Amino acid sequence: MEAKETRETLSFIFMVIGQRIPKLDAPDKATGRTVYGHDVKLAGMLHGRILYSQYASAKIKRVDVSRALKLNGVKAILTAEDNPPTKFGYGKDNVPIKGDVVRSLRDEVAAVAAVDADTAAEALDLIEVEYEPLIPLFDAREAMKADAPLIHPERKSNLFQKYKYSHGDVATGERESDVIVEADFELPYVAHAAMETSVVIASFDHRDHLTLYSTTQIPFLLQRDLAEALGIEGNDIRIIQTAIGGAFGRGLDIYPYEPIAALLARKAGKPVRISFSRHEEFLAAPMRQPALIHARAGAKRDGKITFRDAYALLDVGAYISWGSVTPLVMMETTASLYRVPHVKFEADCVYTNNLITGAVRGYGNPQSTFYTETLMERLAQALNIDPVDFRLRNANIPNEENQQGLIITSCGLKECIEAVAARADSGLRIADGESRKASNQSFRSSAISHQPSAIKRGIGFASTLNVGGGARIYRSDGCGATVKVDDFGHVSLITGSTEIGQGSETILAQIVAEVLGVKVEDVNVLNSDTDVKPWDVGVHASRTTFIAGNAAHIAAMDARRQLFETASELLKAKPEELVARDGFIVETRNGASLPLEKVARARHYREGGKVILGEGWYDPPTKLVDKDTYKGNISATYGFGTQMAEVEVDTETGKVRVLRLVCANDVGRAINPMAVEGQIEGGAQMGLGYALTEELIVKEGRVMNPDFLDYRLFTSADMPEVESIIIETDDPQGPFGAKGVGEMGGTPTAAAIANAIHDATGVWLTQLPMTPERVLKALEEQGKEGK
Amino acid sequence: MAKKIHLTLNVNDEHKELLIDPRRSLLDVLRNDLELRGAHRGCDSGDCGACTVILNGKAITSCMTLAADCDGDTVITVEGITPVDGLHPVQKALVEEGGIQCGFCTTGMVMTAVALLDQNPHPTIEEVREGLAGNLCRCTGYKKIAEAILSVERK
Repeated sequence: MEAKETRETLSFIFMVIGQRIPKLDAPDKATGRTVYGHDVKLAGMLHGRILYSQYASAKIKRVDVSRALKLNGVKAILTAEDNPPTKFGYGKDNVPIKGDVVRSLRDEVAAVAAVDADTAAEALDLIEVEYEPLIPLFDAREAMKADAPLIHPERKSNLFQKYKYSHGDVATGERESDVIVEADFELPYVAHAAMETSVVIASFDHRDHLTLYSTTQIPFLLQRDLAEALGIEGNDIRIIQTAIGGAFGRGLDIYPYEPIAALLARKAGKPVRISFSRHEEFLAAPMRQPALIHARAGAKRDGKITFRDAYALLDVGAYISWGSVTPLVMMETTASLYRVPHVKFEADCVYTNNLITGAVRGYGNPQSTFYTETLMERLAQALNIDPVDFRLRNANIPNEENQQGLIITSCGLKECIEAVAARADSGLRIADGESRKASNQSFRSSAISHQPSAIKRGIGFASTLNVGGGARIYRSDGCGATVKVDDFGHVSLITGSTEIGQGSETILAQIVAEVLGVKVEDVNVLNSDTDVKPWDVGVHASRTTFIAGNAAHIAAMDARRQLFETASELLKAKPEELVARDGFIVETRNGASLPLEKVARARHYREGGKVILGEGWYDPPTKLVDKDTYKGNISATYGFGTQMAEVEVDTETGKVRVLRLVCANDVGRAINPMAVEGQIEGGAQMGLGYALTEELIVKEGRVMNPDFLDYRLFTSADMPEVESIIIETDDPQGPFGAKGVGEMGGTPTAAAIANAIHDATGVWLTQLPMTPERVLKALEEQGKEGK
Repeated sequence: MAKKIHLTLNVNDEHKELLIDPRRSLLDVLRNDLELRGAHRGCDSGDCGACTVILNGKAITSCMTLAADCDGDTVITVEGITPVDGLHPVQKALVEEGGIQCGFCTTGMVMTAVALLDQNPHPTIEEVREGLAGNLCRCTGYKKIAEAILSVERK
């Protein structure tokens, strides 16, 4: 591998790798100078608003926009007649404005562009739509039945996709098992709840070229998808990503509001902005899909797992987006978190008249880790083995190709488990005089549970496996980069990958700065314009540090090679005797040095001169999974993590308070430990919400809690102590040994908390979020069984 | 269109005379009429705190404040606390301690923290966490934000 070869030539005394460097974009964000989509104002810009369906399933008999058109300030109204002929979206089943039939309450039936948002809203009220209600389908189980009404009749079935994965033989696994555990799980809709709502601005120029200001995470795929949706060519579309106020997977597909903005802009002849209200965001943005899961697992008395078998029924809503691909990740957890000889996983993705579902941070992994890791805990209990020991006995190991075809190279899972287990004895337990080691107890804190108080305390563990070296879900998993050194020694990195808040801009600048021996703040990162930057598949799958990092590294090495080539002439030294340090190219034997800008100018201003322009492209050595077996090495490396939650359960109210969350993550190498902690702590906030408070309540297709008062995110006052432990395993293919961490922070949290609740009270929670009502119900049922 | 009304505001130490639609929120007026876009619209219902500004010395959600009610009042926005050169100590702390990711909530956090420290210059961690509880953040998990606010005295 090129990355590996170049890494070996570098000094291992890093200058900026491993430093806690503040985000380069943070000062502008702190002062309000950053321009988000909501801040973009173009000359003559109109405001677009969308009219949504009043029925979850209905025929549209008539749409009358005549009254709305007469309203002063209305510039364009879109109906289904304005739709281009093609369908779009991951499932190619969506159109901008719905014509004959609406299939959910988030279906767009018309859209208005007006001089201001109030006028547009007023115009929506004047549009008359006559519906003929149809029988809606809100239950995925009902939708699977043979006589169920069809959401998309042309597809002949509501089953969009079936996934069937297996390795080994589950029947053999069962026979070998001394204990078998099983449970049904019910998981909710969850929203990204990015602080900035969805926003898009569409503008056509005199050549009919479209510029789209967007918060997308996939600018190059959106170029293609939007072109298809609009019936134009990809090269007619330029995507400019504004500063992105949180994304978390929301921007991984094309969604109707994007072509709607473009169609309105074309019809009105003016730029159009559509910005969602929070209410609209909770209705129309793609959610994490709800799931009904049945899962089983077995183990032998010696503490070895024998098998896992899971079935997931996913309600992907009325139109297909990336929510329908999350089983790929669920099966990875089921098949490959720990070493499991026999595995079966099946999933059905089913159309209903509910909300559209898409990618949300973790992408199937929070769901699958919840059932997988709570079953691990049940197995440990059934075997009467310490849950930590049980996990250690089954942990993934480095340098192993497993039965799913994952090639696990660097792997710090054991270290993660051990690191959090070591912290189990510290902190609050010691304060209680309850040190496990001192009393030689198992992790089941029976001594605490037997306290007469209604407050019970417990601890629980859960681990996670996540792709850490890209995820090939598209035929290219690549990213391009260019590194330019100008006449002033100023360095620019032009990368295909986008900053979405996670800090990639700074991480990539650190990688380039390390190679070129300059300060991080001297590297300018350009990453937001498809007319400027090279291709990248998108910001997803925790891939940016690894993939875009390798691309930036290759480009920086190329730029450095050019610098060394010229410097070697000037310093009369061999290139291998040179280093780049503190803004200089230095001859290592005699210390002679030249500033970067001098070398750049010497190369430039001569006959046949050239500028310093390093080129990088990195597409990892991975495969698309086999379309029948779903096996194959989807990622160039894998990240691991373990969390320990310490909770207090009030058995009178059912309220669960998390006191402490200890998170260890194998990140290969922390290029910026502060940024890594930020990913872990932020992931924990999402994981805590998934575990305890966050649920988009959808009744008959309608969102019942579309605001932050009723959809409860953890606030600063709700957060427990979150402790991050960084495990470094120096990944052989990662840039400076790094691998991805973006999604792992929240994936094991719900399982760790469920396991802690069990430790505290003896009850198993199988439905998320674990609200006081659900905890109380479980305690009541336990009480009944006890009698 | 409602009949416009006259509004006098002191914004960031500048006297402003405005003619506004009486239905406008303070956030609308700041962002659209005064081009002060540091205050962000995250929910428009007072739940997220991204629009926080200081009104007569108190941190408030400007999306829930009718501009017409603010006649004669003093408003400080993030632009008002930002020095010409460099950063306010709260901003500096958030930058250096890693309290900023996507940044959409940051300006609101800054204003809440400025008001908090104004009233309580030596808060405990619990007081900081409680004080920031009206400002939602989806990226950071709050830990580094709270630590940053605690570190302000040292900056």
